[in-house]
Amino acid sequence: MKDRFNLYRFASPATFYPLAGAMIPYFVAVSVVFGLAGLWLGMLVAPTDFQQGEGYRIIFIHVPASWMSMFIYLVMAFWAAIGLAFNTRLSGMMAQALAPTGALMAFLSLLTGALWGKPMWGAWWVWDARLTSELILLFLYIGYMALTAAIDDNRRSDKAGALLLLVGVVNIPIIYFSVKWWNTLHQGSSVNLAKSSMATTMLWGMLLMAMCFWMYSIAIAFMRVRTIMLERERNTEWVKAVLTGGEK
Amino acid sequence: MKSRHKKLALIGGALAILGIIAALVLNALNSNIALYISPTDVAAGKAPQGKVFRIGGLVKEGSIKRQADGVTIAFIVTDTEKDITVNYKGILPDLFKEGKGAVAQGKMTADGTFTANEVLAKHDENYMPPEAAKALNDAGNRATDKKAAEAAGTPAKPGASY
Amino acid sequence: MIHWASFSDFIAMGGYGFYVWSSFGATALIMAIEPIIASRNHKTTIARLKRQIRAENRNTTE
Repeated sequence: MKDRFNLYRFASPATFYPLAGAMIPYFVAVSVVFGLAGLWLGMLVAPTDFQQGEGYRIIFIHVPASWMSMFIYLVMAFWAAIGLAFNTRLSGMMAQALAPTGALMAFLSLLTGALWGKPMWGAWWVWDARLTSELILLFLYIGYMALTAAIDDNRRSDKAGALLLLVGVVNIPIIYFSVKWWNTLHQGSSVNLAKSSMATTMLWGMLLMAMCFWMYSIAIAFMRVRTIMLERERNTEWVKAVLTGGEK
Repeated sequence: MKSRHKKLALIGGALAILGIIAALVLNALNSNIALYISPTDVAAGKAPQGKVFRIGGLVKEGSIKRQADGVTIAFIVTDTEKDITVNYKGILPDLFKEGKGAVAQGKMTADGTFTANEVLAKHDENYMPPEAAKALNDAGNRATDKKAAEAAGTPAKPGASY
Repeated sequence: MIHWASFSDFIAMGGYGFYVWSSFGATALIMAIEPIIASRNHKTTIARLKRQIRAENRNTTE
């Protein structure tokens, strides 16, 4: 019983608001450190690629952005499931705070992919399964944001958004496995749990950049969720206390 | 507590149903989702007749023939089982090379060759410095032969073999 | 240790400079602007809610 009590306490906006606020600077700092290390390794130290020359260096943002676009969606779907099952206030706010960053990551993935595809493949865009399913992911993010913005009542908008997120989650394995399941122009994945087909410095540069993107996403989501919390709970005592008592 | 479990079960059930629907839809669409078909599929008559489609495979070693004008080119696309000659006039991507993957869009002609209006290069997922690639290439000829033999044994998906 | 022989080599990116630097530029731009917008939203929200609280207090004390 005690554990559950604590869990609910942690999940309550009144506790989470100052906690998130205190953690933001650390996530920003860690993100910057990872980013500088990743850029140094990827852009200055890593060797030329045997096929793609220096053009392959787009990988250092293309892959982290693509990974984050999928991962953020999974986290949102997780919060959606929690919200539907347990009716927690925090879950809808978390999903909403993550959505814009997820959409930007999907957009960056598509943009850098186009900038990479043009010189290497010979086309900015092809309708292959990998590219198309990533485009669908961007639409899912935009659809989610539009849907939740369209419904004024927070409870109902959270519920509708959660349903959309859970339906759309089937798209994530499709994106990931598309290069295995179908004939695509996009190559297979270079990194998975079992093995990697990248030289060590290249791989480390990419992983560091992925960590940078990850920490960045957490920091920006915390910034946004704090705004959403104040807005939604403006009539509660804790928000009034935060606003009147030398706000942060 | 009980209603929570019920809700979880409902959500789980809905997700399972959606998953099955998606799987069915994808299965039905399977033939259309593939960006290209292999020369083996073309030989088996799976290519749309008189319509534009894409073929994909490896550019056969030593098969590239350039005309004097510099933009007209002929090459053979192979999946190590069947070969198709492709005629193309235009700019080629940087990664278009013999022994590497390529995807060509166009139509079959009456004489069994393929006339392309667009040629794209398909590269693999390996990233390494040129020296490492060379060392790997020198040392791994045996492995490559073995892989090619395996690929020839499973002609269904040329994409997986390179 | 450093892969590049000169700064101009680094900028040229072996002829892929346009594609590489456009990618990095767009990403840097987005990652700079997004936090600015988020923190500005936070500040304006706080200011607006504070005004509302003050207005409510005035109404109840009158």
